Amino acid sequence: MTALESPPSVHKHTWWSRLPVVHQLRQSVGLQRGMLVAGLIITAVFVLTAIVAPVLAPYGFSQLRDADGAFGAQQPPGGSHLLGTTVGGYDVLSRVIWGAQTALFVIIVAVVLSIFAGVLLGLVSGYFGGWLDRILVVVSDAVYAFPSLLLAIVMSIVISGGKSNLIGGVLAAAISITVVFIPQYFRVIRAETVRIKAEAYVESARVLGAGSARIMFRHVFRNATRTLPLIFTLNASEAILTLAGLGFLGFGIEPTAAAEWGYDLNKAVSDVTSGIWWTSLFPGLAIVLAVLGMTLVGESLNDLADPRLRGRRAVGQAAGIVAQTSVVPGGTLVAGPGGLGGLEGPATHPTDGLEDRP
Amino acid sequence: MTTVTTRSPSPRATGRTKRPASDGGIGRYILIRFLLIIPTIFILVSMVFWLMRTTGDPITAALGGRLGPEQLAERIQAAGYDRPIFVQYVEYLGQIFTGNFGTTISTNRPVSEVLLTYGVATAELVFYALLVAFIVGIPLGMVAAYWRDKPTDASLRVFAILCYATPVFFSGLLFKLVFAVWLDVLPVSGRASTSSELQMQLLPYSTGFYTIDAIMTGNPEVLADVLEHAILPALALGLLTAGVFLRLVRTNVIGTLGTDYVDAARSRGVSEFRLVRKHAYRPALIPIITVIGLQIALLLGGAVLTETTFEWKGLGFMLSEFLKARDFVAVQGIVALLAVIVALTNFIVDIIAALIDPRVRY
Repeated sequence: MTALESPPSVHKHTWWSRLPVVHQLRQSVGLQRGMLVAGLIITAVFVLTAIVAPVLAPYGFSQLRDADGAFGAQQPPGGSHLLGTTVGGYDVLSRVIWGAQTALFVIIVAVVLSIFAGVLLGLVSGYFGGWLDRILVVVSDAVYAFPSLLLAIVMSIVISGGKSNLIGGVLAAAISITVVFIPQYFRVIRAETVRIKAEAYVESARVLGAGSARIMFRHVFRNATRTLPLIFTLNASEAILTLAGLGFLGFGIEPTAAAEWGYDLNKAVSDVTSGIWWTSLFPGLAIVLAVLGMTLVGESLNDLADPRLRGRRAVGQAAGIVAQTSVVPGGTLVAGPGGLGGLEGPATHPTDGLEDRP
Repeated sequence: MTTVTTRSPSPRATGRTKRPASDGGIGRYILIRFLLIIPTIFILVSMVFWLMRTTGDPITAALGGRLGPEQLAERIQAAGYDRPIFVQYVEYLGQIFTGNFGTTISTNRPVSEVLLTYGVATAELVFYALLVAFIVGIPLGMVAAYWRDKPTDASLRVFAILCYATPVFFSGLLFKLVFAVWLDVLPVSGRASTSSELQMQLLPYSTGFYTIDAIMTGNPEVLADVLEHAILPALALGLLTAGVFLRLVRTNVIGTLGTDYVDAARSRGVSEFRLVRKHAYRPALIPIITVIGLQIALLLGGAVLTETTFEWKGLGFMLSEFLKARDFVAVQGIVALLAVIVALTNFIVDIIAALIDPRVRY
């Protein structure tokens, strides 16, 4: 039920080969490796674009005119505007490139905040148990079952009153997404903590007189985090979709504050009816590519963590009876905008004849 | 114990006590599971209430710019928003219990009436979307599982990921662009054309479910019109879920294809098609059904975006309208109703899972 790693092999691993993604890259074969590599490349391009956006983008994200005068609205692609201009008179290419920066920023803030809160709550709840644990589980289940987009909308009303300005808009979006993600980290870490708590080495630590805090962070936490890289990639892609959804509903970031793909798509709805395709196609493709890259990585990590799904060559015929190790039964795609459906969730089926439920 | 209270049974939790199957029948399980809906709904409704109230009272939010301070104070007093917030909270819970969700500020209609009128439209959209998801997702999932690690499987998996990675409003816009504008074969937006809507209004009583209403008019043109309008929104929303179903069916069928009884069936000469369709797929159904419950939340979230894209006048469309008008009473009502729907769906799904697999009822 444990072991993300393959059985100890004869040759020694260098330190870098034990890093989360590198390890899986070595472990993967064939198609699996292709998907992982493709995902890593797309993600790298996305991150690089975000970082060098100021150099890459021909214009600023809120620039309406240059030395030759105003850009003009809804200009078709070509000439000085490679991908045309929007209904508001912005350069589409520049906004697509700057949008990567906004997305990356929101992902980082949202995921870091939710890991921090979710892991802490999960550890405390799983370790101490009792009434606090029960309440937290019920609350997190209730929140988890709820459409995440709606929750994000409510949160963004609370945080920014539905309006958005400069950095505040980005932060509001990030925090709205955070609230949606906390239950996911909470569930996974809590389940792992409950399992690890019963392990012999935790007992021995306690016998040796280690305090609760030390046991929690040194013994339990280190062992409970094996699934975090996976959830991280899944949540990152979900964060982009939620951000874009918020932007599309008009809860995003003002065009003068930052470029946001969802907002641009919202403005493009009426363009489509008159056959103007470039204002919607390019921001949309940017979302798809960014999410695709991270989902490919996340999905590959998930499959590699699950011996039943790992490439046949890597696991051999011996797979036979294995307990469910996949954090996301049914694969990562369960994680739609509606939440990481079934993290730790809807459980196992009787393939192996083992009752895997409590 | 804790796991019993969770919505979905967690496989890794402790406290596993194997009880004999005779302990507690299905009836008892349904009762307990039903009682557990109450805290879920209670938590969500309370959470939404308190979160929304931190922004101030709904009247100021909706009409703050338009009315003078005296008029505002008058309206606030009339609506009872000047009382202690805890009193309002208890009153709100009581009202919800009796199905009263308040009155919208922007349009001055009972929220429950709005919910009823537009909820049906959303239900119709979600129904069609689920239909698309089943028709596309389940067979393709079985195909991908059977030809596992072959090019067919690879391309289907990429298709599934693309389904998930494409936001519904983007795929919706693309569909509109291609089928409604360039090819001009399907309508751009709405639930029906004006003439059809007029015909349906003439009915002695209408369900609001346009497909049923259209059948009741007895006019095949109206039915065709309604169905044409539903195709693009249903595709956009359905494909999102189809990707999930494909993945899920694939993983679970792969799991069951490796079992001994499938080998046994193969050696008895059962055809490959039947092998996948009956022997491998059937046992894989339970996890699939459980996840479908979770998909309802995804579908409802997606419905908000799809309805906005296609001007499909359902709850999601109204929600974004009310958000624009900053009518938070209406928003709160819609969100509370959706919470109830999600909780009920999960309840039903758990009961179905328990009926199929006795081991679920611990």
